[in-house]
Amino acid sequence: MTAPWTVDEEPRVHPVARSGDLVHVRQVIRVLAQRCGLSLVDQTKLITAASELARNALIYGGGGTVRAGLVEANGRRGVAAVFEDSGPGISDVGQAMTDGWTSGSGLGLGLSGARRLVDDFELSTVPGEGTAVTIVKWAR
Amino acid sequence: MSERIPILRIGDTLLVSVQTDLEDQTVLNLQEDLADQIVARSAQGVIIDISALEIVDSFVGRMLATIAAISRMLDARTVVVGMRPAVAITLVELGLSLGGVSTALDLEKGLAKLSRPTSSAPQ
Repeated sequence: MTAPWTVDEEPRVHPVARSGDLVHVRQVIRVLAQRCGLSLVDQTKLITAASELARNALIYGGGGTVRAGLVEANGRRGVAAVFEDSGPGISDVGQAMTDGWTSGSGLGLGLSGARRLVDDFELSTVPGEGTAVTIVKWAR
Repeated sequence: MSERIPILRIGDTLLVSVQTDLEDQTVLNLQEDLADQIVARSAQGVIIDISALEIVDSFVGRMLATIAAISRMLDARTVVVGMRPAVAITLVELGLSLGGVSTALDLEKGLAKLSRPTSSAPQ
């Protein structure tokens, strides 16, 4: 799932450098979700997951980028987004994916909650180098 | 400069209508402004209308729970009104069921809920 882009133009890259950028990321994902024809509930789930992951990249990763675009596989269309940061990485992924566990002051729902809200979820992290999370929500 | 959401007053109830997607700082400002206004105006109730919000993520969800807790400590009750069905579904799946936050389907029902005796208030 490193390069999920199969439809249309290359994905746009959006910075996540300050909290105001989260509003922009949510708008970008909303537009893609509507273009893809996701149901209202699925749009809401995807935008919410994107908001959680973008905030993680900002707060825990010290900022990063979001790449987002439309994808297609097995005759289905979907929206994919990759959240990357070059922060400290996650030393214990199992722990980080547990509901309620947080290394900061959050609720500990960001990663585990975001995973439940999307169809595909892939996390790769290297301690000291950064974290990348790829998500896809498919149209039904 | 960060935005501030206007806080209206009807009788002894404060009314906040969230009209746009919120920046985090705006959310934090609202928490402080509401706490100040509850005391300054001796408010008994707070209604937060989120019917215009297309998503509520864990940050905003936590803000709603925090405002409810703060207003409880200041002897006021909070009712969140107008949550969209898709938002409710998403919040529960996210793992945030907002226990302790009283809700109503719309503004009218929210005001009615606040006018009922305190015994029916959430914990």
